[in-house]
Amino acid sequence: MSDLFEKRLLFVMGKGGVGKSTAAITLGLVAARRGLRTVVAELASQERAQRVFEQNGELFRELRLANNLFTISVDPQHAMEEYLQVKVGPLGAALSSSRLFSAFAMATPGMRDLLSIGKVWELAQFERRTRGAAPYDLVIVDAPATGHGIGLLRTPATFGTIARVGPIAHQAQTIAETIANRSVTGVVAVTTAEEMPVNETIGLRQALNDDGLELDLVIVNGLYPARFGPDDLGELTAALERARSRRSRSALRAALSEQARVRIQQEQRARLHSEVNGRLADLPYVFAEQVGPEQLGALADRLAAQLAGSEKAAT
Amino acid sequence: MIAELLDGKRVCICAGSGGVGKTTTSAAIALGMAKRGAKVAVVTIDPANRLAGALGLDDLDNEPHRVPAEQLTGTEVTGELWAMMLDPKRTFDELIERLAPDPERVQDIKANRVYSELSSAVSGSQEFTAMAKLYELDQEGEFDLLVLDTPPSRNALDFLEAPRRLNAFLEGRMLQALVRPTGLGMRVLGLGTTPLLAALRRVTGVDLVADLGRFFQLLSGMTQGFSQRATGVQELLSAPTTAFLVVTSAEREPIDEAIWFHRMITEEGFRFAGVVVNRVHHDLLTDRDMLGEREPGDVRRGLTRVLSDDLASRVAENFVDYHRLAERDNHNLSRLEETLDGQPLVMVPQLDDDIHDLQGLQDVHRYLFAAGKERDRLIAELVA
Repeated sequence: MSDLFEKRLLFVMGKGGVGKSTAAITLGLVAARRGLRTVVAELASQERAQRVFEQNGELFRELRLANNLFTISVDPQHAMEEYLQVKVGPLGAALSSSRLFSAFAMATPGMRDLLSIGKVWELAQFERRTRGAAPYDLVIVDAPATGHGIGLLRTPATFGTIARVGPIAHQAQTIAETIANRSVTGVVAVTTAEEMPVNETIGLRQALNDDGLELDLVIVNGLYPARFGPDDLGELTAALERARSRRSRSALRAALSEQARVRIQQEQRARLHSEVNGRLADLPYVFAEQVGPEQLGALADRLAAQLAGSEKAAT
Repeated sequence: MIAELLDGKRVCICAGSGGVGKTTTSAAIALGMAKRGAKVAVVTIDPANRLAGALGLDDLDNEPHRVPAEQLTGTEVTGELWAMMLDPKRTFDELIERLAPDPERVQDIKANRVYSELSSAVSGSQEFTAMAKLYELDQEGEFDLLVLDTPPSRNALDFLEAPRRLNAFLEGRMLQALVRPTGLGMRVLGLGTTPLLAALRRVTGVDLVADLGRFFQLLSGMTQGFSQRATGVQELLSAPTTAFLVVTSAEREPIDEAIWFHRMITEEGFRFAGVVVNRVHHDLLTDRDMLGEREPGDVRRGLTRVLSDDLASRVAENFVDYHRLAERDNHNLSRLEETLDGQPLVMVPQLDDDIHDLQGLQDVHRYLFAAGKERDRLIAELVA
């Protein structure tokens, strides 16, 4: 984990609803604070990062969020036009303006994924293809939900095999090599401490290992503060029997409910821990109405402290 | 509530973003309708292991199986509950088997590299095959009601567009359009006589184009079948007996998605039946006089009568956090209500446990199907 920020390309993956986008932006902020020029690339076109920073930029363009921190929403269609114009020249420009061609390319199985990941790869190059674009030290990819995310990582290799020769095959093979290179590419899983997301994380790790990749870090998101231990259970239950006021009863119900949920979270976290060999970082549940710059800053503090801690432990 | 919404329906499609409890909701709806006498099949995409076990989904033959009676002890089911887990690859294979003219063609298609990519790895294949399976089960007419748990799409649009995109590809419309100027049909692919095709080959590589050409040659004669099924699926989705339920949690992003889904379903002319909101932090809010009291101190003082000081403080702090969640949920829900403009909204409270067995489904089912006073009673029971 100590070399997490030495890499250039980090894929952040996780099941839907676990706070993957928030975790990706948090990680981005931690990197940016370390002085790394960082871009968070969103592949699901949701512009979450922009919203956290309460910005509204032009679609599919790199947008500055904070010092050293940028975001971009990657769209396959847009990526294709850019690729064709830069790589194929005038013919490419003609192609990309052909509606038939783009309809064909978009319908070709796997092509959308290849184009998206191609753009991500381009962002991670020292010499940017996009004219006038400055290089990034780190590209953090907010990948689509897990099942699909692993497909995305495999796409370049598959395409390289299918197309065999020609520019696309060559490009796909280059990208596949970048992904396979562990000193360049890393994978971060995000999960909540619930059964299904934990299962998916364990499954993701297995799938990555099958491909010769590793899970570099698991971020356990949405952990409730452990205010009540098993010892408190008796007193809380007894108090609920005796409490008369509606407010007190509601508060006690909420406490018992929290206690039950914390217990489940701890069980699931322990299961995860035993399966992924301890490379975990915890993020607390955010009780605020929404995650804004203030909450994000606090999350980044928590994550940075844990990453620094494990770096110390590693040296 | 749900029983009324699904009255007279033959298909219920549960749509929504990932991680909002769609599978659980689908299964609980199926259970509820089976309890009311219907023969119901729920088609799940990716159930939790223990829920899959509870539903008897260890059988992976891509067909519905009846949930064993011993699993349903403790609940009276007058109808029948069936369940299946979708296997996209297998559904795709079955489709090819059905549409191909002869077994040799089936073998050739299955061995084709473009096909093997298409049927497994590609995004959209889950959505496509979910629709295909739904259509098939509907055609067979074995069930009174089919409940479809949809795949976690990237966004609301993908859920309908991915199947259409894949279908357009299978029908070969794109390629036909590309080669039409020469009038020679698919065989031209290998020759590349049009400038567009030459460019395509230059960009994608000769072999990819050749592979695609071979793939479409294999599919020739089957495109009619694909088109017919696509029309059939569209008719099924638009049928008055098909209901769309949007499932969400009360958090901001899923609510945004739910609003999107609602708009899309309405625009497509489908029957929107309502929204199910899971994991609502209930009702601590209805106590109006509490809303101003953000200080844990007030709550704590009341609690010290029944608790030690230290524990009372922690309970009070926790209550303030809870309260904030309830406020957040309430805020998001009112945004949703505004969009729905009186259309049905069914809330399921945040329950203390992960739902992973039939008892859990039973609990969810009670909230989903309770009406009016019964609902109020259930929630009062939960909260105070």
